[in-house]
Amino acid sequence: MLLFRGSDVYQPGQSPDALEALKEKMIHWLTDLSEKGVHVASEPLETTGKQVSGSRKTVTNGPFGEAKEVIGGCTIVQVRDMNEALEIAKGCPILESNASIEVRPIQKM
Amino acid sequence: MKDFLLVFRTDYSTMPKASPEEMQASTKRWMDWIGGIAAQNKLVDRGNRLVPSGKIVKADNVIADGPYTEIKESIVGYSLVKANSVEEASELAKGCPILRIGGNVEVREISVL
Amino acid sequence: MDQTELIPHLFRTEYRKIVSVLSKLFGIEHIEIAEDIVSDTFLVASELWGLKGLPENPTAWLYTVAKNKTKDYLKRNTLFAQNISKAIKYDAATSEEIEVDLSIKNINDSQLAMIFVVCHPCNPAEAQIGLALNLLCGFGVDEIASAFLTNNKVIYKRLQRAKEKLRTEKIEIEQPTLSDIDNRLSAVLMTLYLLFNEGYYSSNHDVTLCKDLCFEAMRLAYLLVENEQTSKPSANALLSLMCFQSSRFDSRQNQNGEIVLYQDQDTDLWDQELINKGEYFLNRASQGTKISKYHLEAGIACCHTMKADTNEKWEYVLQLYNQLLLIEYSPIAALNRTYALAKVNGKKEAIMEAEKINLVGNHLYHSLLGELYTDVDNTKAISHFQNALDLAKSTADKAVISNRILGCEQKKKT
Repeated sequence: MLLFRGSDVYQPGQSPDALEALKEKMIHWLTDLSEKGVHVASEPLETTGKQVSGSRKTVTNGPFGEAKEVIGGCTIVQVRDMNEALEIAKGCPILESNASIEVRPIQKM
Repeated sequence: MKDFLLVFRTDYSTMPKASPEEMQASTKRWMDWIGGIAAQNKLVDRGNRLVPSGKIVKADNVIADGPYTEIKESIVGYSLVKANSVEEASELAKGCPILRIGGNVEVREISVL
Repeated sequence: MDQTELIPHLFRTEYRKIVSVLSKLFGIEHIEIAEDIVSDTFLVASELWGLKGLPENPTAWLYTVAKNKTKDYLKRNTLFAQNISKAIKYDAATSEEIEVDLSIKNINDSQLAMIFVVCHPCNPAEAQIGLALNLLCGFGVDEIASAFLTNNKVIYKRLQRAKEKLRTEKIEIEQPTLSDIDNRLSAVLMTLYLLFNEGYYSSNHDVTLCKDLCFEAMRLAYLLVENEQTSKPSANALLSLMCFQSSRFDSRQNQNGEIVLYQDQDTDLWDQELINKGEYFLNRASQGTKISKYHLEAGIACCHTMKADTNEKWEYVLQLYNQLLLIEYSPIAALNRTYALAKVNGKKEAIMEAEKINLVGNHLYHSLLGELYTDVDNTKAISHFQNALDLAKSTADKAVISNRILGCEQKKKT
């Protein structure tokens, strides 16, 4: 699973052109992954959100974390090993916007 | 109805080492909670647990060891549900067993492109 | 079996065998010719046997007559014969007769091929079931109309449209290739599952007819399981499910035709042989790595062959329902799961979960809540049962619910 964090485009007040440009690049990147047969799923996220925490199940507003930690979306790929997943992550256009990508293997049950 | 991503977080270092009975009990709690959402016809994808290790990739191609360590809570898994609002989705999240062990659930609406 | 029972019985079992072989021979465009030849054969049989009594080997007699009628038809219609013979490389010059192969192997192969044709997804589910009953089970239009509580015209049109669709789609009567089988098999299993449910959950008063539908579904499932290529785990699981459920058929209604609920059923009337068969097929289904919804439903049905109300059993049933809902949501599974939850975690928690399900237009939803509120809050119980009564359609269901209401009112008095 590739989790995209902290991209500049998730910050409020971004130019719509920058957003569009990145979206275009992401779509190209994802289409490419589909054609290679490795793409499983992608979920782009709205910037708002809620958190539920504690045994009292308190609900607070906003996505989790500070600006650089906020998750903007995720993509799941199916590849042979971590190295292949990392190669794919390195090619993701979102890195151009100061984002980082957390790459985590999915646990087989 | 809209789709929502539920992200489960907890501090891996404080997760107690579970005995086989405790693991079984924990599995039952998760299955009962997810089953309950499925019974309401609000489950989209049961999701997955993530392996505790991982990597971080950044623009200058620096690859650091993951999971993301700048905050103590790590992502342990995710699920996908559907609901009419983020409040309704949060209600579903309240039953999540991760809350009993000091974890939290982030509820995020999935963008329709 | 005396003569009056033998002919209908033979008709059912032999009809599909001969029709399948002839349909395969003639191709999809000429299924009706196959049907006509077989119907003619049975007509002759019933007339002649009525006068002269049964032949020594009735089945062989039927096959001989069917073969002869086919050969006659082909002789009289040489153009037709040449067209179908192109497919089987018949050489007109040598004037060899086209063999009608009624060996056991060809019968089984043809029936299997026909099952896949009949359950082809190009037709809607109810058409597939109708075709299955007609071509594979030897049911006439009248019987099918009776089973579906509709009229002959509707069924006749449905069958005609379905056969026409098969013709225009040029569906071949042959077994799917090994790579195709998994895909096509799930469509077939779904149709057989629906056919079985038609019999099992029917509100039709003709109990014998309902039982027949169930057993026909089982016979067809058995065909799949007998054949190595189609005997996948999911097919075995489906057959297992059908065995478990039909084992309780006789105990589900009392002499007055009223529904007997599970907890009140006389276990002596449960068919132990069918239960054993269910376990046998469930075992076979457990080999391999794929779990289908049929596995889970069979597992649940297996649990229900043990009437004892243990926490262990209900916990297991609850987990099976959890998994089932993850594969596929259905309102019945959701409600049944909640019932199991009540048995394991108590009524209060189950009531909370049930109310989240909120299927207010469904009489089973209200019945469940009525059940859960009984002895917890009898006023609410009665109110839910009242809703259920208003929504329920069959007189049998209404009777059960009315009883429940009376029971709760009694409790309120004490």
